[in-house]
Amino acid sequence: MADYLQQFLPEHWQFLAYVAAALVHCVLLINVVAVGALIFIWLERKVSGRIQDRLGPTRVGGKFGWLQTLADGLKLITKEDLMPDGADGMLFRVAPYVSFCASFCGYLALPFADNWVGARLNVAVFFIVAVLGLEVFGVILAGYASASKWSLFGAMREAAQVVSYEVPLGMCVVVPVLIAGSMDLVTIGEMQAGWFVNWYVFHDPFTFITFWVYFTCATASVNRAPFDLAEAESELVAGFHTEYSGLRWSIFFMAEYGSMFAVSGLAAILFFGGWNGPIPLTHWLGLADSTHPILIYLGNLLGMFNFVGKCVFGVTFMMWVRWTLPRLRIDQVMTTCLKYCTPIAAAMFLGATVWTYFIPGGLIIKNNYGSVREGWLLEAQPELVPDEVPAVASNSK
Amino acid sequence: MDEINWHSFFFLLFGLLACGFALGVVLSSNIVRMAFYLVLSLGATSGLFFLAGADFVGAMQLMIYVGGTLVLLIFGVMLTAKGPFISMTTSAGEWVLGAIVGGSLLAVLFSAATSVDAWQTAPGGVEKIETQVTATRLGMGLLGARVDKLEEKNPEQLAGMAGYLLPFEIVSVHLLVVLIGAAYLARPKKRAARGAATDLL
Repeated sequence: MADYLQQFLPEHWQFLAYVAAALVHCVLLINVVAVGALIFIWLERKVSGRIQDRLGPTRVGGKFGWLQTLADGLKLITKEDLMPDGADGMLFRVAPYVSFCASFCGYLALPFADNWVGARLNVAVFFIVAVLGLEVFGVILAGYASASKWSLFGAMREAAQVVSYEVPLGMCVVVPVLIAGSMDLVTIGEMQAGWFVNWYVFHDPFTFITFWVYFTCATASVNRAPFDLAEAESELVAGFHTEYSGLRWSIFFMAEYGSMFAVSGLAAILFFGGWNGPIPLTHWLGLADSTHPILIYLGNLLGMFNFVGKCVFGVTFMMWVRWTLPRLRIDQVMTTCLKYCTPIAAAMFLGATVWTYFIPGGLIIKNNYGSVREGWLLEAQPELVPDEVPAVASNSK
Repeated sequence: MDEINWHSFFFLLFGLLACGFALGVVLSSNIVRMAFYLVLSLGATSGLFFLAGADFVGAMQLMIYVGGTLVLLIFGVMLTAKGPFISMTTSAGEWVLGAIVGGSLLAVLFSAATSVDAWQTAPGGVEKIETQVTATRLGMGLLGARVDKLEEKNPEQLAGMAGYLLPFEIVSVHLLVVLIGAAYLARPKKRAARGAATDLL
């Protein structure tokens, strides 16, 4: 795109083309977060209303209250931006942006379709898990800088919760990585192409259970009910965002909905084939195998709709859980993590390892299986490979 | 302004950010603000790693150092402080001591950096180097197979194919021992003291 734009710019100003191209990418990604939050907040109201036998918003913007979030946004912008007297001003102001940046950075490495990704990283899974864990930093800063005991309690709970839940979350994420033999999300998504039986969630019984553990831990790590102890409104007023109002408050929520979408996207790619649907539609239409750029584009567009649909389903599932289950106590949260999630995740990891060792292809035979593994190792110089390596490599074939 | 070298631009940007926030750590007197600046400085350093194509090291930096500072901040500083908004006052002696230690390290690093001839431009002009950015070699090395040795031409340097499996295992077991020890120390000694720990949260 930068090369294309350069044609229209006078000499010495061609660097603007790169700036414009970078801006377009950033704005596209930010819109995923912002417009996503706009829709999800509306959806949350509707879902919660229906679950509680209400109608939800019905007036603003037509029959279904489509524009309710926009009206809320306008209200929030016009609200006064308050700050407590005793607060640490700089940290108080900067905290929402820290949360938002951490949530947004995860999208840089999240692919939306085959090769439609901000930056294709070799270690994309690791990067996203590392960056999403930083969102809690904004929450802690907010809780500390507010100079309010409710906020501080909320922040401490959030810290304890997120630090604990990163352990089982990391273990669950490792299982699909182990099966795929790659941390590259584009590769992992492509390896599940075809029918839905190729999805890793149906790879073996261990991955099936791993997915549920992952989803529980992801819900906890993005601070959603039943794990929303940081903002428990029945005991802590509003937890870490007690002292926030107006736009700063809404930025926290944009970050929360952004993270929800990101962990759902990670789940969709790791366990549900990402942009590869339940039926190989793009293969039937000949879009995936074609060489024509427009056909490839169309295939990717279909894949993106597929992927976003899966993400929205994941977020809706979180809402369903939120309005169904009551909030846990802090000791129950810790018990869930340390006594249940972590041992189950560890056992599933071991089980998936053993399964992959003995039945490497899964129950259903796949042709592209193991193509990205360390096969190149044998091709390079077989006589130099020590004894244990061929065993590893041949098992992966 | 023919063509901006974006690599240099972002290198300078991240470098300045890292140095600026590091200065912020030194000059600030509020501990939590210091930790905040430290996190930003370490984050900018991970940006430098990403710029150099070391994605794995960059993500590692984010997870271990930035995330680690976070835990340090919470459990080390905020839970041990007596009042809100702790600030530290530095005496003149500490300034002098700090200046001597920091200054000598800076002098060593600076002389090392300037002793390299022509380190800004590669000999024979700048050319684009294609590198394979992957952490596979690292992982295989830790598992006991030095993949990089396969391309070693010198037969005398082919020794050491065993990789780092033994040190890796020793470190893992060591960490496990530390974790079990920490859990043992933190465990409530009496049943009566049990409520006190959870009350805090």
